[in-house]
Amino acid sequence: MTELKRKSDLLSHHEREEIDSWLQRYPADKRQSALLAALRAVMHEDHYLSVEKMDAVADYIGIPEIAVYEVASFYSMFEMDKKSAAKYSISVCSNVSCMLCGSDNILEHIENKLGIKLGEATSNGKFFLKVEEECLAACSSAPMMQVNHVYHTHLTPAKVDEILDGLE
Amino acid sequence: MAEEFVTIEINDQPIEARKGAMLIDVADANGISIPRFCYHKKLSIAASCRMCLVEMEKSWKPVPACATPVGAGMKFWTRTDKARDAQKSIMEFLLINHPLDCPICDQGGECELQDVSVAYGSCKSNYAEVKRVVQDKDIGPLIATEMTRCIQCTRCVRFGDEIAGMREMGGVGRGDRLEIGTYIEKSLKSELSGNVIDLCPVGALTAKPSRYKARAWELQAHDAIAPHDCVGSNIQVHTFRKEVVRSVPRENDAINECWISDRDRFAYQGIYSPERIEKPMLKRDGIWYTVSWQQALDATAEILRSADPARTGALASAASTLEELYLFQRLMRGLNVRNIDHRLGQTDFADQDAAPICPYLGMPLGELEKQNAALLIGSNVRQEQPMLNHRLRKAALNGAKVMAVNPRAFDFNYDVAQQAVAPAAMVQALQAMLDDPDNSTMLALKNAEHAVVLLGNVAVQHPAFSTLRALANQIAQQTGATFGYLAESSNTVGAWVAGVVPHRLSAGRELKQPGVPVSEFLNESTRTFVLLNAELADFANPQQAMQVLSAADNVIAITPFADETVRKYATVLLPGSTFAESAGTLCNTEGRWQSFKGATEPVGEARPTWKILRVLGNTVGVPDFDWMGTEEIVAELRLELDGAEVCDNTYKNPSPQPLSLKGRGAEDGEFQRIGDVEMYRTDLLVRRAKALQAMIPTTVVRLNPQDADTLGVTDGDTLKVRQGEFSVTLPAQRDVGIPAGCAGLQAGLEISAVLGAAFGSIHITKAG
Repeated sequence: MTELKRKSDLLSHHEREEIDSWLQRYPADKRQSALLAALRAVMHEDHYLSVEKMDAVADYIGIPEIAVYEVASFYSMFEMDKKSAAKYSISVCSNVSCMLCGSDNILEHIENKLGIKLGEATSNGKFFLKVEEECLAACSSAPMMQVNHVYHTHLTPAKVDEILDGLE
Repeated sequence: MAEEFVTIEINDQPIEARKGAMLIDVADANGISIPRFCYHKKLSIAASCRMCLVEMEKSWKPVPACATPVGAGMKFWTRTDKARDAQKSIMEFLLINHPLDCPICDQGGECELQDVSVAYGSCKSNYAEVKRVVQDKDIGPLIATEMTRCIQCTRCVRFGDEIAGMREMGGVGRGDRLEIGTYIEKSLKSELSGNVIDLCPVGALTAKPSRYKARAWELQAHDAIAPHDCVGSNIQVHTFRKEVVRSVPRENDAINECWISDRDRFAYQGIYSPERIEKPMLKRDGIWYTVSWQQALDATAEILRSADPARTGALASAASTLEELYLFQRLMRGLNVRNIDHRLGQTDFADQDAAPICPYLGMPLGELEKQNAALLIGSNVRQEQPMLNHRLRKAALNGAKVMAVNPRAFDFNYDVAQQAVAPAAMVQALQAMLDDPDNSTMLALKNAEHAVVLLGNVAVQHPAFSTLRALANQIAQQTGATFGYLAESSNTVGAWVAGVVPHRLSAGRELKQPGVPVSEFLNESTRTFVLLNAELADFANPQQAMQVLSAADNVIAITPFADETVRKYATVLLPGSTFAESAGTLCNTEGRWQSFKGATEPVGEARPTWKILRVLGNTVGVPDFDWMGTEEIVAELRLELDGAEVCDNTYKNPSPQPLSLKGRGAEDGEFQRIGDVEMYRTDLLVRRAKALQAMIPTTVVRLNPQDADTLGVTDGDTLKVRQGEFSVTLPAQRDVGIPAGCAGLQAGLEISAVLGAAFGSIHITKAG
């Protein structure tokens, strides 16, 4: 074993394949373009971005580590705290249309149902109730929530139960 | 393509400008002031702060001057109502989250935000809500942060990317939560990091060592030259009640532009080290006595007069000033001492007669960035001469091919085709290049319009320096490249010109009865030593130096500092000055003589070193030893030079000598040591600068992974390292950049002071 350990060794086979497939779509001198896709791949596997994994991505793509932190902290779909890591991330839209249509009740219902507060994750790591500040652009179907990347609209407490209970 | 000039108008005044130049540059060149925060002439344009908004004809909204290229007939106004309104509003926006803590801010009084706010802002704000607070970051011992003050101009971020060549800071978060920082807690590692202190237009990034020392308006500024590498960066030394409290860059585009290295910025701290000697001292029967200058000089004169000149050695550090060095050799030669040298880190002197009068860069500093190809031989230029590395980096970013042959892989912040081969194999590697004219390195040098072959500090300390020099010369000759040296110390050029070498007088004049180089007189038959600013860490083999100096009858040390080790071997201590406390001259590697005046007085009873040497000369009775000022000394040396060109690297050495170096590998534990000098251990002042010392990484022994496997060690395992009769224990680190059979263990470190030759053989076993 004479090879030195590299930070990118942490990346899984699947993550590498995913990053590689995106790297192919960009010019060779614009490797940083694949960064968002790389972070998405890591999020998919780990449900959050650890510093080690971000450093691994930086090493793999060949960009400064801080450049990865910048992008990861810019976008709200990336979680950088291990406590926020959960299989399902629930965002209940609380912007004007949803609020008028009762998003507060929906949120309260979920909090009671899962026994967590906004910004917390269940202890089994299944659900994370995300603080969502942006309008999720489904005003015509308010109230709504997003579970991972799936939109659920016209919510009622009963419909929420059905959706959440139906998740593995 | 010829540059096209156009006429524009600023404030109704017609101005000639290069077409496409940014308005802010045109205004600056014509003395029209436009406020700015994010714009900096040496950095890329961000146009994010909007402070430089001005009115433009035919544009209903104001435009940012930093990002508006000028064209024929364009008209701008910087002080109209529209422009003022825009500037005032931007100022109000910028101050929304800026704390009103100027009274306790280190930047207060020299703050761009403060100045611009007074000139362009309003005394009222529409914003009366809560201001945001940003957690401070610990980014190391050099830079203090107060991130609530940050206005997010991103100068520090762009500096890291564009100038330092390693991006360590960035903007984390988004919108009103955007914070400038490193995200993870870490110290900035760049050797140029301190420049963000000057770049920061507010008090978010300030100098940690001088924090709360004094207000800006209480300081006195003195022009000075940084004495820590052969660049001779122009600096200003700031004093507060005669105490040096900081150093800042002084702009000189031909030398350091507007930057300085961290070493040049923070080394001043060493001046007030507890090891500073404030009074002359004499040792009698092993006990030190504080004495008057008269007693000390009389005693020194007595020692020198009674010493046998043939058995006296004079050693100077090349970080001394030209005046000190010149007087030193005049004094010693006046006493018939011939064994005079400044080449303390060098071990191979075989070709010294063929050496040029001084080791010259071969070109002006600025030319380095115009090279299309460069071959570095034995050079860790990034640490040795950070500002020269900056020039080379600019060349590399412009497409130049930079190549290197080094005894270990050094870390560069640009692409370098680096061959890391064992010290002994460096000779073969260069010979192989010469033997094969179609070698890619040779072709790159040959095909480049401007190419340079540079010998670095590691090459000078290499056991086969003369061979390396001969080969480097041949490579340069065959490829038509310029040949140059990256001189070792701030005044190596000066030391050669002043004649602090055994085989030449000042001005490079021939010597009928030359002395021998330091390697031949640093032994027990020399009974008296005179040391000028030289100490153990300067020597190629500190262990041997310690033995010899301890065994000598008398060691006269003229130096500002004395630690326990110096007190052990010295018998006379004459407290001298540091660069800030005496007038002097330093000759940089491009052969530029830069004189400076003292910024303050030496501490205690210490005296300017050149005056000590002069009075000592008078006391021992050397004739014609009367100079009234440093200018007279420089004038005398110039007279000796008689206009002769000293910057000429012509070198005629018959043939390179073959070389055999030991280092057999892990089986028997014998390794070839690679002892390049640690960046913050280069001279006596740097070695005592507290903040810089805290930047030195933990000392490790770097081993090739294969050798580490053979020894059965992994990272962090303790190794027993023996050189000569002394041994130390140090942690191991596997490093693919270390050639097999070699061990990387830096020189100049406290721990390496007990060890032997920097490039000698070293015995390593796993401890325990």
